[in-house]
Amino acid sequence: MVGAARSLAGGILALAGTGGRPGRPALVLWAVALAAAAAVVLPIVYLAVRTVDGGEAAWDIIFRSRTAGILLRSVLLMVCVTAGSIALALPLAWLTVRTDLPLRRMWSVLTVLPLVIPSYIGGFLVVVVLGPRGMLQQLLDGPFGVNRLPEIYGLAGATLTLTLLSYPYVLITVRAALWRLDPGLEESSRGLGLGNWATFRRVTLPLLRPSIAAGAVLVALYTLSDFGAVSLLRYETFTWAIYTQYESAFDRTIAAALSLVLVVLAVGILLSESASRVRSPYHRIGVGAARPPGLVRLGGWRWPAAGLCTTVILFSMVMPLSVLVYWVVKGASAGESLGFQWSAAWNSLHVSGIAAVAAVGAALPIAVLAVRYPGRITALLERVTYLGFALPGIAVALALVFFAIRYATPVYQTLGLLVFAYVVLFLSPAIGSARASLLQVGPRVEEAARSLGRGPLQVLAEVTLPLMRPGLLAGAALVFLLTMKELPATLILGPIGFKTLATVIWSAASESFFARAAASALALVVLSAVPLAFLVLREGSLEAPRVGRKRQASVPAPGD
Amino acid sequence: MAKAEATLVAEHTLDVEVAVSHPVIQCDGLSKSYGEESALRDVTLTLEDGEVLALVGPSGSGKTTLLRLVAGFESPDAGSVALHGRTIAGAGEWVPPEERHLGMVFQDYALFPHMTVLQNVAFGLKGRPKKAREHRAGDMLDMVSLSGMGSRYPYELSGGEQQRVALARSLAAEPRALLLDEPFSNLDPQLRAGLRSEVRSILRSSGVSAIYVTHDQEEALFMGDRVAVLNSGTLEQVGSPEEMFHHPRSRFVAGFLGTADFLPARSVGGCLETEIGLLEMPENLHEGALVDVVIRPDDVAMGRDRNGLGVVSGRVFRGTHYLYTVSLPSGIEVRSLQHHTAHYEDGEVVEVRLEPDQSLTCFPVDETVDTGLTARTIPTR
Repeated sequence: MVGAARSLAGGILALAGTGGRPGRPALVLWAVALAAAAAVVLPIVYLAVRTVDGGEAAWDIIFRSRTAGILLRSVLLMVCVTAGSIALALPLAWLTVRTDLPLRRMWSVLTVLPLVIPSYIGGFLVVVVLGPRGMLQQLLDGPFGVNRLPEIYGLAGATLTLTLLSYPYVLITVRAALWRLDPGLEESSRGLGLGNWATFRRVTLPLLRPSIAAGAVLVALYTLSDFGAVSLLRYETFTWAIYTQYESAFDRTIAAALSLVLVVLAVGILLSESASRVRSPYHRIGVGAARPPGLVRLGGWRWPAAGLCTTVILFSMVMPLSVLVYWVVKGASAGESLGFQWSAAWNSLHVSGIAAVAAVGAALPIAVLAVRYPGRITALLERVTYLGFALPGIAVALALVFFAIRYATPVYQTLGLLVFAYVVLFLSPAIGSARASLLQVGPRVEEAARSLGRGPLQVLAEVTLPLMRPGLLAGAALVFLLTMKELPATLILGPIGFKTLATVIWSAASESFFARAAASALALVVLSAVPLAFLVLREGSLEAPRVGRKRQASVPAPGD
Repeated sequence: MAKAEATLVAEHTLDVEVAVSHPVIQCDGLSKSYGEESALRDVTLTLEDGEVLALVGPSGSGKTTLLRLVAGFESPDAGSVALHGRTIAGAGEWVPPEERHLGMVFQDYALFPHMTVLQNVAFGLKGRPKKAREHRAGDMLDMVSLSGMGSRYPYELSGGEQQRVALARSLAAEPRALLLDEPFSNLDPQLRAGLRSEVRSILRSSGVSAIYVTHDQEEALFMGDRVAVLNSGTLEQVGSPEEMFHHPRSRFVAGFLGTADFLPARSVGGCLETEIGLLEMPENLHEGALVDVVIRPDDVAMGRDRNGLGVVSGRVFRGTHYLYTVSLPSGIEVRSLQHHTAHYEDGEVVEVRLEPDQSLTCFPVDETVDTGLTARTIPTR
């Protein structure tokens, strides 16, 4: 019996491992990679099919003036948030990497933390604090008699919220680039007679431009796909318009058509950035270990610089957390039900864990094919999965709902379909981590194992995977974090009665049960901090690379 | 099942054929291109039992491609590779690298960074009890003088030590042949020289057949029992180091191995007439033919003479010797090796003459005129 099982397993392994000939990867790799790519393409294609099915009505919706208004608002918000994030992140990145800022290590961890706060919590907090009859107004009402604050709903509130939450995307990419920067380049510039400022402007900034652009695209896509903040702050962009259409209208063609426009916009932004990106080599050229760059002495500027960091952290982290704690305490002491559900917390953890494992499992074959077997087909595969990165959660969720209702009723309203959506949405960052860690593993090491008698899949298991482990773990942590925060897809695709922390917070906040929202929000922030701490500490530990390892940044993708 | 039987038969025939003494590795008409670029063209080469074959050529000449074809990391476009007489690549056959039992030593060591030195060396020893594996790995470490380093991790070792571990790892698996791909090119020159002789004696004492790829001609002449010179994808010449050096069959080989100057000559009255002396007439050369004679710096003698033909135009100090460059009236420059006591100034007029102590080689200038072998040997006087 055991023998039969073993020979069966051997047979499968032999069949799977027919990629012995160079240039021919194992069939299992192809199978998983193709399935993953198809999964990403499915929502896009189906949205297009659904829109075309709508006939002329669909085209009328796309080209009517109301759609133009939505488009204008979405783009305006996107531009404001992106500009604000760059303005905030660039000085923070430079200060925390290249200067003798006091408590530099602490700031570099703290300034990334706003990533844990989902936009619906941010939007909720802005409403609670700055809204009409909010905490600030009540505070000012007593001594100063202020009974009206500037309007917070709309563009201003949405920009403020999303900028404070998404600037870390630019911060992370720019900081990674600053770490990688060869200090020799700046030293050469100084040696050629350029001063500090001229060196920054003529050498450092041009070298940072690709990473600024990469971070800016992340922020732009994040803003475009955001649902939580814009819905709570009542600023009608695509996502909110799509959701209200989906919830209220009987004919869902409008929702499908708007989703298609949103997807086209998002994919367009992604492709224009990757088209403009300069192809740069992955490895630092030259011999010898990379030196850490020298620190710029701030002198008297140290304290204003520390002040800037403190202000940012105050507004993006300290205040939100204190307000959450305040509401929880206030609600509890007033005997109000906090409505905290352990089942929702468990659902969040559980489904995020499954999504993390599934996304990394799907990402691995694509990364292996793209890095080890470069060619037209593998490049196309990788690019297709990269598109998932731009897809707003709401569009993917709608497409899957339409698809499941028409062609796959049994999976409709199942956890499986929800996890499928998460994999589509977060496959790209998982591939990014896997790819980056595979690039650190030289192909010669794998060849050495081959020449010592190991087959291709054995090499993968015994050599490649152990060496990729830190990167794969980072990818899993990232997907876990993003899934914890995800709102629109969870809202639409979650089985009936399936509540996660995200959906509990959003529905409590939109019905103004502040204490209830605060309790779950606090739980979500604390639970998400665990994988984020792992990611940040990993970035930190790579500041002193071991031989043969290189530092790299893990860049989270737009999520909620 | 059928596959297993086929392997059994193949192994059986292998045993029989070893007895008829096939070369360890036989490359036949190997060609390989990457897209438009041809990396290797019609290369035929053998590795005999117990010998070290040094494969040398400038970068981009295809030597690494050839090694990777033999190892099984690339497959040939045309031609075949046979191991002990059994075809392992080409002619419809394919044996994956893990079944070839060829040890590979890489330029960048390629040690497994997540394993200790001992685990690295024991990696290729599958199917033996753990104790036996560790014992054998320990022996191999002793052989490369790294006893006691077994529990360290690769990043704790110097480059030279890492490469010795890589060598031990390959040899531990008792490969049918060892393939070394520029193993010392990442090391500094002093370390390289020491390690070179150490590895040479390890290869000799273990009796393993090896192909040793290098771009350093000096290293090739030192390491190889035979030397093969590759130039832009084609095999120029194979032979013993002495034969290659003294009787190059192409201008490329003559210029690539050692320092060489090409001195124009004309056949006049049964002699070869050069600017700095007469030489014997090689066979098969017609009267009035123009040739270039390959001369080495030690073939050119110099002397102090104000009425001499040459003018000193360059001088390189090489410790025990000077290497002078002398300009001749025709504008040709030749180099001459002189003892460090023979001191000439730049611009000094000197006497130069040919004093070869072995037969020289010459190449007809217009090689299309003569058919057959282009290289001619000039008899000694």
